[in-house]
Amino acid sequence: MHSHLILAAEAGTTSTSRTLTITLFLVFVAITLGITIWASRQTKTATDFYAGGRQFSGFQNGMAIGGDYMSAASFLGIAGLIALYGYDGFLYSIGFLVAWLVALLLVAEFLRNSGRYTMADVLAFRMRQRPVRTAASVSTIVVSIFYLIAQMVGAGALVSLLLGIKPGTTFLGMDADTAKVATIILVGALMIVYVVVGGMKGTTYVQIVKAFLLMTGALLMTLLVLAHYKFNLSSLLGDAAEQSGKGSAFLEPGLRYGVETAGDAAKTFYSKMDLLSLGIALVLGTAGLPHILTRFYTVPTSKIARKSVLWAIGIIGTFYLFTLALGFGAAALVGGKAITAQDKAGNTAAPQLAQALGIDYFGGETGGAVLLAIIAAVAFATILAVVAGLTLASSSSVAHDFYASVVKRGQASERDEVRVARIAAFVIGAIAIVLSIFAQSLNVAFLVALAFAVAASGNLPAILYSLFWKRFNTSGALWAIYGGLISAVFLVFFSPVVSGAPSAMFPDSDWHWFPLNNPGIISIPIGFLCGWIGTVLSKESDEDKYAELEVRSLTGFGAH
Amino acid sequence: MTTEATPSEKYLEVQRSDEFAGLRRRLRNFVFPMTVAFFLWYALYVLLSAYARGFMSVKIIGNINVALLFGLLQFISTFVIAWYYSRFAARQVDPIADKIREDLTAGAATRSAAAREDDATPTDTEVAK
Repeated sequence: MHSHLILAAEAGTTSTSRTLTITLFLVFVAITLGITIWASRQTKTATDFYAGGRQFSGFQNGMAIGGDYMSAASFLGIAGLIALYGYDGFLYSIGFLVAWLVALLLVAEFLRNSGRYTMADVLAFRMRQRPVRTAASVSTIVVSIFYLIAQMVGAGALVSLLLGIKPGTTFLGMDADTAKVATIILVGALMIVYVVVGGMKGTTYVQIVKAFLLMTGALLMTLLVLAHYKFNLSSLLGDAAEQSGKGSAFLEPGLRYGVETAGDAAKTFYSKMDLLSLGIALVLGTAGLPHILTRFYTVPTSKIARKSVLWAIGIIGTFYLFTLALGFGAAALVGGKAITAQDKAGNTAAPQLAQALGIDYFGGETGGAVLLAIIAAVAFATILAVVAGLTLASSSSVAHDFYASVVKRGQASERDEVRVARIAAFVIGAIAIVLSIFAQSLNVAFLVALAFAVAASGNLPAILYSLFWKRFNTSGALWAIYGGLISAVFLVFFSPVVSGAPSAMFPDSDWHWFPLNNPGIISIPIGFLCGWIGTVLSKESDEDKYAELEVRSLTGFGAH
Repeated sequence: MTTEATPSEKYLEVQRSDEFAGLRRRLRNFVFPMTVAFFLWYALYVLLSAYARGFMSVKIIGNINVALLFGLLQFISTFVIAWYYSRFAARQVDPIADKIREDLTAGAATRSAAAREDDATPTDTEVAK
């Protein structure tokens, strides 16, 4: 049984599945472009462009939040992590999910009530507009660009794997490297079209369609995996542990994070610190991600914002439970060897599992090719939707925060602002394409974790202080944002993910002195501390504006 | 709803009212302790994963060990806290928040109506406002 599955997976992608993957992907693109063009006709005001007209229901926005959040990193990445390292991949899912409680309890409703289009609306509410909006805009762009590059480079790497373009073979006359560049350009061009043409309305529908496809695909595979083990979780786990060759250690924490190195106490210590650092950044980063925060503006009231977060928690939580089955299923039915043979990081575990399940359940090779094609197309759709959300959030910030408030000092017309937002989406998209092509041979997977760390270290302290701390002021906001941002980027630059390790971005150089891969455990406290220091160093305090912010954020009076 | 018609003294007055203070106290007394609680509960899980490997590897039923159950409990606690908060907010917070907002909205409407009448017959003292 197992050897049969492994052989089938190793046989690689057939041309049937390749054609089918491309066809399904084109169908997705055609449908979403149709929606985008329809949405563009409904997009007339700035509120339509930035916030989708604030007309989405709690369920729709909950799905869209799921669509924005469940990136390729969480679908392919976590499934792959579990498939290769067992239990430790699950740690990621838990951090990503628990994080939503921060958004639910402390951020979503207050932000919806007191802001308009961007994160900076709340940060700058009672501060001096120009410096605070500039800082928020810088941080939004940095977080979004890091995230974008990671997703687009990932897309480029995936296409050759998902379409089965191996070194030495060609596809439509392209070799693997050309196909990678072509994919990055294609993904970038499509995301620009979604955002420029469809604005928030179009992008939100793209997220909803993608979330539906992803949930359906993951549910189907989960059911097939569980059915294979007669719905006995214990025997699935047992088989996964046995196939992994690591025995029961595969089902326990410690193979990937917090690794214990015998005889090297310092290494063990840092490895465990790294685990704690990652855990903190995951749980505190989500509520500071600009593309997630702008989602709360797409619903009519804060009550519906609350409902949409509840839906998002349900959808995202369920999805991570599916990835648990997918990861262990891939470990058991495909096997670590076959997975690493395709991709060392394990990103193809889920598609390979789809192929194995298809062969098993739906009539041999053809069934395998069909299921593989479906899951591969879902993976492309996932990447496309996430990058569109990121581009929209950063271009909104450029237009609404930087152009309208800083350059035009609040004198820009609505039309003008939206025009600038569209231009910004185009420019940011183009920059992301160029950087991604440049970075494609580098290991940039750490950029997602870095985006979370920056969001947790800079944005979250600023948001929480401005909502709940009366004394907080302009200086405090600037210190928090820049302090958190700079410390996170600085520490990562001198960490083993950038240099001095075989898996680093620059493996052949070594300038690292910071021992942790994740800066969170240091940079998040620095962000909060900076916010406090900056505040007490300045005498500025606007009691009237704080009264207005507090009354509006708690009651929804005057909400846009 | 126009906030422009609402002077900052009005916000200060509402902020200092007992009704608003009660709303804020009720909300903060729920969300702050709950945030601390779920964060500590999550931190406990991460700390155990890092430092209590022996405990986490104890098998409970078949191949299902403490680590897996603990992880699944994090899912369940997240779902339960989210549900509990939404019930709390709907029952204890929304009614008060709605009332304060409606009062403010009615006040703003009266003020802007008055302002419109003043606009029709502008006087020197009103122009400044």
